[in-house]
Amino acid sequence: MKSARYFGALTAITLLASACGSDSKSSGGDALTSIGTGEKALNLIVWAGYAEDGTTDPAYNWVKPFQDQSGCVVKSKIAATSDEMFQLMSTGQYDGVSASGDSSVRLIDAGLVSPVNTSLIKNYADLSSFLKDTKYNSSGGKNYGIPHGWGANYLMWNTDEVTTPPDSWNAVFDPASPYSGKVTAYDAPIYIADAALYLKTAQPDLGIDDPYSLNQKQFDASVALLKEQHKVIGEYWNDYTKTMGAFEQGSTVIGTTWQVIKNLASNTDKLQTVIPKEGSTGWSDTWMVSSKAAHPNCMYMWMDYITSPGVQAQVAYYFGEAPANPKACAEINTLYADATHCDVFKATDEAFAKSISFWATPRKECLNGKGSDCVPFVDWIKAWTEIKG
Amino acid sequence: MQFTRRVRMLFGGITGLVLAFLYLPLAIIVVLSFNTVSSLSWPPKGFTFRWWRAAFHSEGARDALVVSLKTATGATLVALVLGLLAALAVHRFAFFGRESLNLMIVLPIALPGIVTGIALNAAFRQAGVEFGLLTLIIAHATFCIVVLYNNLLARFRRLSPNLEEASADLGAHTFQTFRYVTFPLLRTALLAGGLLAFGLSFDEIVVTTFTAGAGLETLPIWIFRNLSRGEQQPIVTVVATAVMLMSVIPVWVAQRLTSDDGPLTGGTR
Amino acid sequence: MTATTLPSSPGRSASRWLHRHPRARLVSLIGAPAAWMLVLYVGSLASLFLTSLYRLNEDGSGIDQVIGVQNYRTLIDKSVYLDIAARTIKIAVLVTLLDIVLALPIAFFIAKVVKARWRRLLVAAVLVPLWASYLVKAFSWRAIIGSPGGVLDKTFGFSPNYGEVGLIIVLAYLWLPYMIVPIYSGLERLPDSLLDASSDLGAHFGFTFRKVVLPLLFPSIVAGSVFTFSLSLGDYIAVDLVGGKTQVIGSVVYDNFSADLPFAAAFAVVPVIVMVAYILGIRRTGALENL
Repeated sequence: MKSARYFGALTAITLLASACGSDSKSSGGDALTSIGTGEKALNLIVWAGYAEDGTTDPAYNWVKPFQDQSGCVVKSKIAATSDEMFQLMSTGQYDGVSASGDSSVRLIDAGLVSPVNTSLIKNYADLSSFLKDTKYNSSGGKNYGIPHGWGANYLMWNTDEVTTPPDSWNAVFDPASPYSGKVTAYDAPIYIADAALYLKTAQPDLGIDDPYSLNQKQFDASVALLKEQHKVIGEYWNDYTKTMGAFEQGSTVIGTTWQVIKNLASNTDKLQTVIPKEGSTGWSDTWMVSSKAAHPNCMYMWMDYITSPGVQAQVAYYFGEAPANPKACAEINTLYADATHCDVFKATDEAFAKSISFWATPRKECLNGKGSDCVPFVDWIKAWTEIKG
Repeated sequence: MQFTRRVRMLFGGITGLVLAFLYLPLAIIVVLSFNTVSSLSWPPKGFTFRWWRAAFHSEGARDALVVSLKTATGATLVALVLGLLAALAVHRFAFFGRESLNLMIVLPIALPGIVTGIALNAAFRQAGVEFGLLTLIIAHATFCIVVLYNNLLARFRRLSPNLEEASADLGAHTFQTFRYVTFPLLRTALLAGGLLAFGLSFDEIVVTTFTAGAGLETLPIWIFRNLSRGEQQPIVTVVATAVMLMSVIPVWVAQRLTSDDGPLTGGTR
Repeated sequence: MTATTLPSSPGRSASRWLHRHPRARLVSLIGAPAAWMLVLYVGSLASLFLTSLYRLNEDGSGIDQVIGVQNYRTLIDKSVYLDIAARTIKIAVLVTLLDIVLALPIAFFIAKVVKARWRRLLVAAVLVPLWASYLVKAFSWRAIIGSPGGVLDKTFGFSPNYGEVGLIIVLAYLWLPYMIVPIYSGLERLPDSLLDASSDLGAHFGFTFRKVVLPLLFPSIVAGSVFTFSLSLGDYIAVDLVGGKTQVIGSVVYDNFSADLPFAAAFAVVPVIVMVAYILGIRRTGALENL
């Protein structure tokens, strides 16, 4: 009987101990006042293709020159979704992240990132003005990040299988699709916005304006569409190499992708991308500094390095996106004999940038300012599991 | 026992098929490690040693291997000690909570890795412990204990209690008896269990994902990270092939150890 | 006979003391492992359960440490979670059955039919695949069953492709050695004389196998099933690679770990309940000793 009491007591203590240790909400740190000596290390969370060190393709390596000149040894962790980025940042073990709009605001609100002293970044002045001081990289008058680049999510298809080039997202939402079983979609709750964006044109009486500001009716319609789409989906993807392999071997022939997937695929000549007529969702990425950064100096050095024209040129060309620094455009021509990159990606076209529905975190207070009964992100997360069945 | 030819052929045939089933994907991996093209596609385009040379020079793979070896060794040692203590206690004493303890020890291996993983992750974070080699060894040891525990308990059940009594009658005290009589009889069980635990820890990925932290990479984590990266994919197949080949030795050794149960056990075999 | 005095030493005094205090002996043995398991493992499970009672705040930027059963209510209300759990259990059962069917003949062949000198080689042959990386095997299968373009498709023109069927085959493949080993150990312990006696009494092989061998092997089969069942119940990596769009418990827990930890914790409780119930249920069969 004594042992029972001991067991009971021990379990109770353990429970109490775990209850007491809480996920403390840390406040964001302070911005650096000057860049000191490098700390010899840098831990980054990045989107695939943002911190290439030659291991994917030996011709693309902009991490090594950075390491050589700054002495900061870079360790980068590739995250597949913004949610994963947010979770990794909350461990406090990284110095910085290339956050899209649907994680940046959450990071700011959770106190996981510090304000950034943009005057310390030499190249900041050159960056496109429409990327600065936006809703997703600033808050309360403070700047929280350095723009990296932006782009759209494309509709990609295999020209051997899909003989008529599609011009509408209907190609992936059609439940009677001839490519049933070979369609793919991005595996994250934020993809619901893609459905909403399609319905904005396809069902105008729903009155959808901003795909991240959806009232319950609009949200339910989007979810219903995605449940229909589920029937024709072969695989969902968030690891870009998984869908790239699928496109290469032919088990996927059409779906939402990033430009980098087409760029790197071995059958790239058979693949085509387009922004359909309904428009596209996309992402505008910002380098943010962790409030628990162990190597803030190296992080600032990185942010300065990655926004310099030569490096911006490499990243933008490799990934297939619009660089934040327009001076990269000329560099792309010098490095890769491609004079049209920035035109193709409309790097300096502010109107075009505004037409892309950049990823953002939906909140109850509608992001478009038209009310406070929008469906918050936590419900998007739940709905996504239901959609996938 | 004599089996009819028909039975022998039937079972032999199925065995052959099952072995082929087991080894076919492995054979594909080995073949692809010599492929000239760097993608996991079939059929292979050519033959080259290029990836084997590259793997040899791969710092990432080497570092990850070292971390894996450290983790597995640490976890196995902890599991050895704790498993031995627990097996001794359970075998010799009937105490309240014996059933519960048995259940607790089995749980880490009976519950899916993802549950163990996120439970430990949540617990470490709430306790404010920083993730690293220590948390990793702790996590791995927790599911390795049961392997040693079961092996040792099975061995205890086969040992005759007379041996220890005889030793005491001859004047040895508890610790001497353990050192000179009990422990030698346990050696092969410890080794076999230890090898199995080592293997479990070495290839474990799920719990590791949740308890290793940002900077630490075991070999499975390295493999996971690189299996999707173009140029690295074939290097991963090389590493996998190498590990498989090297593992033949411990498997063979463990086999010899467990099937030799000599007269010293005094058991009922 | 004269009594000899034994040499004294600290070990001897400690041994004498322990002999007089059996409870201290027990505590000294059981203390460390019990504390480890209780605090570290049971404690962390308790911590997980506690997390499952919390909830995510509205825009997903943090966890509200407010205790409530909202996550469990969602699990019960929305039918999709029941569907996913049922699907996962179904897959786990099918994988287990497939593994039993594949493991029995090979284990029997090695343990009873072949000559002793081949035995060690064959057992080693079964164990070596265990040491091949789980990930690499899963990726290899991704290349094998893809359709079109996979190995099976290119060789036979036919392939299950990524989906539930492919997943069951791959999971059965991955866990097969874990089923073979306990069954083999069980067969090793089965005396040959029993089989001889059965055939002496006039039974042909099929009858002997069904009525003599299988019942005696039951604990070993159940022991193997604990592995295959639990491994299938929680898997998410192989599911992602070869399962197509199939969602299982593991994938929901893993996906939500980043986005909604309390909910992931709540759903993770499901396989815990299933496995604990299973383990408690099989205690009687003596399978736990054969793990």
